[in-house]
Amino acid sequence: MFRNNYDNDSVTFSPQGRIFQVEYAQEAVKQGSVVVGIVSKTHAVLAALKRNAEELSSYQKKIIPIDTHFGIALAGLASDARVLSNFMKQQSLASRLTYDRPIFLSEITSRIGDRAQTNTQQYGKRPYGVGLLIAGVDAKGPHLFEFQPSGVTQEMIACGIGARSQMARTYLERNLDEFEGSSREELIKHALCALKDSLSQDKELTIDNTSLGVGGIDENFKMYEGQDIAGWLETAFESKAEGEEGGEGMEVDS
Amino acid sequence: MAALSSYSMPTEQPAFSFQNQPQSHASGGPTQHSFYPYTDNGGSTLGISGSSFTIIAGDTRMTSGYNILTRYAPKLFRIGGEGPEHAGAKIVLSVVGFAADGQALQERLDMVVKMYRYQHGKDMSVHACAQRLSHILYNKRFFPYYVQAILGGIDEEGVGALYSYDPVGSYEREQCRAAGAAASLIMPFLDNQVNLKNQYEPDAPQGLEKPQLQPQPLDRQTVEELVRDAFTSAVERHIEVGDGLQMMVITKDGIEELYSPLKQD
Amino acid sequence: MNHNPQAWGRPRDDVYGAYNSQYLPQHHGGPSAHPTTHTQSPIVTGTSVIAIKYSTGVVIAADNLASYGSLARFTDVKRLKPFNRKAVVGFGGDVSDMQYLDRLLSSLDVQENYSHNNDDPEDTKALMSAKNLHTYLAKVMYKRRSDFNPLWNSLLICGLDEKNKPFLATADLLGTTYSAPTLATGFGAHLAQPLLRKAVPDEEASQKLDKETAVEVVRECMKVLFYRDARSMNEYSIAVVDEKGVELKEKEKLENQSWAFADQIRGYGTQTV
Repeated sequence: MFRNNYDNDSVTFSPQGRIFQVEYAQEAVKQGSVVVGIVSKTHAVLAALKRNAEELSSYQKKIIPIDTHFGIALAGLASDARVLSNFMKQQSLASRLTYDRPIFLSEITSRIGDRAQTNTQQYGKRPYGVGLLIAGVDAKGPHLFEFQPSGVTQEMIACGIGARSQMARTYLERNLDEFEGSSREELIKHALCALKDSLSQDKELTIDNTSLGVGGIDENFKMYEGQDIAGWLETAFESKAEGEEGGEGMEVDS
Repeated sequence: MAALSSYSMPTEQPAFSFQNQPQSHASGGPTQHSFYPYTDNGGSTLGISGSSFTIIAGDTRMTSGYNILTRYAPKLFRIGGEGPEHAGAKIVLSVVGFAADGQALQERLDMVVKMYRYQHGKDMSVHACAQRLSHILYNKRFFPYYVQAILGGIDEEGVGALYSYDPVGSYEREQCRAAGAAASLIMPFLDNQVNLKNQYEPDAPQGLEKPQLQPQPLDRQTVEELVRDAFTSAVERHIEVGDGLQMMVITKDGIEELYSPLKQD
Repeated sequence: MNHNPQAWGRPRDDVYGAYNSQYLPQHHGGPSAHPTTHTQSPIVTGTSVIAIKYSTGVVIAADNLASYGSLARFTDVKRLKPFNRKAVVGFGGDVSDMQYLDRLLSSLDVQENYSHNNDDPEDTKALMSAKNLHTYLAKVMYKRRSDFNPLWNSLLICGLDEKNKPFLATADLLGTTYSAPTLATGFGAHLAQPLLRKAVPDEEASQKLDKETAVEVVRECMKVLFYRDARSMNEYSIAVVDEKGVELKEKEKLENQSWAFADQIRGYGTQTV
């Protein structure tokens, strides 16, 4: 029987140059429910699909506001995300305390990137089993960053991670050109549409299973859940659905 | 070397308002400078709690000896709430004494209250915050924060809450308290006007049995007037008090901040 | 031959006597009860720094003298240090501590330029502001005083805040901080501050003040300080910080001095009539 000898720890390369533990950690991200993030010139939006383990249990938290100017959305091991979010909270408070300024998103992202990287190079450690989207506004404007268990971080215009997120990314790629000039409301609708596209047939977005996080220039990062998002859920898909079909129609024609 | 180290920054302290640190210039021997990590920045604060509000007030002058360092250095701080503006905060801390310690204390308490909200998903009660502040002060009792603190807010029953502290964390809940340079001028006034000390039933016959007037919770306007009177009087009699009066009124709806000028002389 | 490798290449004890390790630190064989020592007093010192806010910026000045007690020891010491294009720090007090802080600021500047790589030099929004710098320096000063190892300085930090509004504040060896439309450290607190406050009594007045008047008031104060402060000199640095950046002049001479008042002074020393 085949047995992989190179996945016992996260410090050993396979002969092909892969680190299996890190790749397995990235699989953990794909097990998590989908989260989507988009930025425009003025806003950054996170949208997330929440899951409950069973009918009677509560929904797992997917979006965590960290500071007044940014928040994170997670896909994967929620407990690992909590460790990272506690660290990020501490770092942003420290920035406020020592410099009296909100921490730069690029800064906080590279700090958790560095932390995650050490887990892939020290014996006896385990990579974080969670992917994050970090979205908000700093002195340089709105930003969206993606964080992976490998320690890779990159700035994105739009991004989706988690289970079935390929469908969400397809939607985002198709509408990429529209994001930059989008208003707050348009951006939220795009995020919800991308989220909806990645749902399985038998599911739909409800006020119970959807989370939204919105940050903007001169606007604090705020999380919306439950009744607060009912309005967006009602209106998001009406006009968009038409436009969507129209767009596809054009493609077929050509 | 003696001549060299006798150079000092010209910050002579007025002798009457607080203890001078030892500066061994006298008696011919070698002058030794030793670093004294405290100073007194003057000013005064006071707090009064009512049945549905708490008012905390302080002057905005900051001094060093006979110098006025600045005419606007707030001694009142919002604790908790969202971000650097403390949006939605319902606790106020006032600190008077050594300003740098006051600032450090304020930042620590604010950090604690913000982390509490992050970890528990709800605001810290004044009661809990008051006890935490006591612990912060007591933990540094061998190198204390040289401040007299007053903490105000609304308790879980919606009643005004006021806590006063000594520099090493001893604290109690009170109806009213004055602290700082003019505490000895203001506190007897508050004893008389808020707790009605030495006030008796006017129509009762003379003698030891003469009944004391019983203190009643005061309304907001009366308290505001008391605070203004207390400070305008203190300004007349104490050189370290003046420039501006900052007041924070804490009600169930949040914190209302008022500012009015005081004499600058 | 001495077979102890430790002794090779060292002066021989039988010829030169035992090595005197008295002054060495403990880990090099120095005396075990060698106490750690902290600054107990400043040695080479700079005198006053003065600054004033005006409508769109700040003016700051300090003379170029570093004194060794009453000896005018160094006459070309620059006590105003610019930090990026938004802030200037003025140093009073110990000069070696100033140089330490200057190195600290340089490394902070490098760190800032690295981590946020401000590729657009016109974009000042993400630049560390004078307010950020002040908070940082105040923390450094307070930490050192809490360790009983103070940096013996009083600093004026001036420039622009994040909204590009004029900013002026101070931090001293105790970690005390405050801000005002006009500030002066050292002897300036006695001699210059009253003159500065006469020109700018409050925040409102400073918002109406123009740059030329502000510079004029500061130059006048430097002159008065030279007249009356025995630890001052007639060459000084002056800096203006506004949205255009930092304009620093480090070789200004006092002009139009008048010592006519000098022979009117009575009551000091032996001169009693």
